[in-house]
Amino acid sequence: MKLHLKVWRQRSAKDKGYFESHTLEANEHMSFLEMMDVLNEELIQQKKEPVAFEHDCREGICGTCSMVINGQPHGPMQKTATCQLHMRSFKDGDTIHIEPYRAKAFPIIKDLVTDRSAFDRIIQAGGYISVSTGQAVDGNAIPVDHNDASKAFDAATCIGCGACVAACPNASAMLFTSAKVSHLALLPQGQVEASQRVLKMVRQMDAESFGRCSNITACEAECPKGISVENIARMNREFFTASVASEE
Amino acid sequence: MNLHNPSPEKIRELGKAVVEEKYGNLFEMYEKITGENPYETPMKIYPAVHYTMGGLWVDYNLETNIPGLFALGECNFSDHGANRLGASALMQGLADGYFVIPYTVGVFLSNEIRTPKFSTNLPEFEKVEKEVRARLEKLMNVKGNQSVESFHRRLGKIMWEYCGMARNAEGLTKAIKMIRELREEFYKDVFVPGTMDEFNPELEKAARVADFLEHGELMCVDALQRKESCGGHFREESQSAEGEAMRDDENFTYVSAWEWTDTKQEPILHKEELKFEVVELKTRSYK
Repeated sequence: MKLHLKVWRQRSAKDKGYFESHTLEANEHMSFLEMMDVLNEELIQQKKEPVAFEHDCREGICGTCSMVINGQPHGPMQKTATCQLHMRSFKDGDTIHIEPYRAKAFPIIKDLVTDRSAFDRIIQAGGYISVSTGQAVDGNAIPVDHNDASKAFDAATCIGCGACVAACPNASAMLFTSAKVSHLALLPQGQVEASQRVLKMVRQMDAESFGRCSNITACEAECPKGISVENIARMNREFFTASVASEE
Repeated sequence: MNLHNPSPEKIRELGKAVVEEKYGNLFEMYEKITGENPYETPMKIYPAVHYTMGGLWVDYNLETNIPGLFALGECNFSDHGANRLGASALMQGLADGYFVIPYTVGVFLSNEIRTPKFSTNLPEFEKVEKEVRARLEKLMNVKGNQSVESFHRRLGKIMWEYCGMARNAEGLTKAIKMIRELREEFYKDVFVPGTMDEFNPELEKAARVADFLEHGELMCVDALQRKESCGGHFREESQSAEGEAMRDDENFTYVSAWEWTDTKQEPILHKEELKFEVVELKTRSYK
């Protein structure tokens, strides 16, 4: 299949970016990243600079790959990260626009690579359990409702890729932060630090200059893991409860 | 639903919903990758080599032979058998992280408690910086005609052909020679675009492939040295009349820990004896 690519090139955060056109012969069994590999191979053969893009596991679990493909983070296929998107989702002769995530909190490093360490700092602010849980107890000693366990698990499947931020017109990180808050808030181990956690993580999120949530829910629609906006409601509840009780 | 080996009739009776409940995630993944619907088309499954079946040598505290450098999870060799089962990586990551390292790293740190913070102007830092710079410059300065990716692919092909699940002495010997030649070619003809002082993924990849070229060779050297069949390592010369893997416990009941020298010398083998106290060594039968 013949493809017309319009790829965003930008040397660094300070430089001006532009779309670069390429025509490429690909086949439908390639993953999107393999198609990018082929493009880079051709560029290198011509002694030109390859397109910088991020990738690691290529199995949809590490959250490293990003890119906005034809205006959608991770491309047209629902609940699929770029690495698991295949060229069979496109047609011969298609024009494909490939851009980096665009958000103030994710500055561009080069081409399609953005700095998403703001997410790391949100996690560092409280997205963990620091209390020692001691020896492992019997499986049934602390009953966890099946529903809660499922919801916690669903929230925990967030791979932290940042598609929610890229999809949001406000570049809000509410879906990501709420998934991380929810996954711990729903389980007994997370209770001890629950109120401190939500306050610290939300404050860090605000400090990173992510936008506010205005219930557009594009984040859920574009999330490769299908994280539900229900988590945002839960985080708001947690946050208000913690704020009222907080002595700070 | 606690069903084992149900009949085809039973599977049909229970329907897609039951399969979906149990394997939904896996089936969805499969469809994404292959573009075929596994509920309707038979799945294509084949065995493959699981990485290196091992990792960095560590002691019981998970400390490597470099003092203060700890290796956790699948990158160390500690819990590796000769084979890996599904989710072993997760198990090892959790076990090392929860139960070992919180206790052992403290022992190391407790001895360092009075050590002041180092300045990066010390000669040791300068020496290492110089070495790293030299290594990267070496890659940048080749200025050849072949991409890093093309070398990676060729190495992969050699490993796939000769160091796959079934290997033999002839193939491994050939592979070692081929990898050495490929490595020589790499340092003569690799092309790394861009510069050293910017974000350069191709340079990073070149450094990795340079490592893989050494590591791939070591995997072949190790597979050649272990003349028995064991776990994920099937030496064609060591099989029963029915084609089952045959271990040689008398000569190979040890873990091979290889010491890196440099690429001009053979790596040095350190044998870690395996002693079985609670369980006894047996041959697993799949029949």
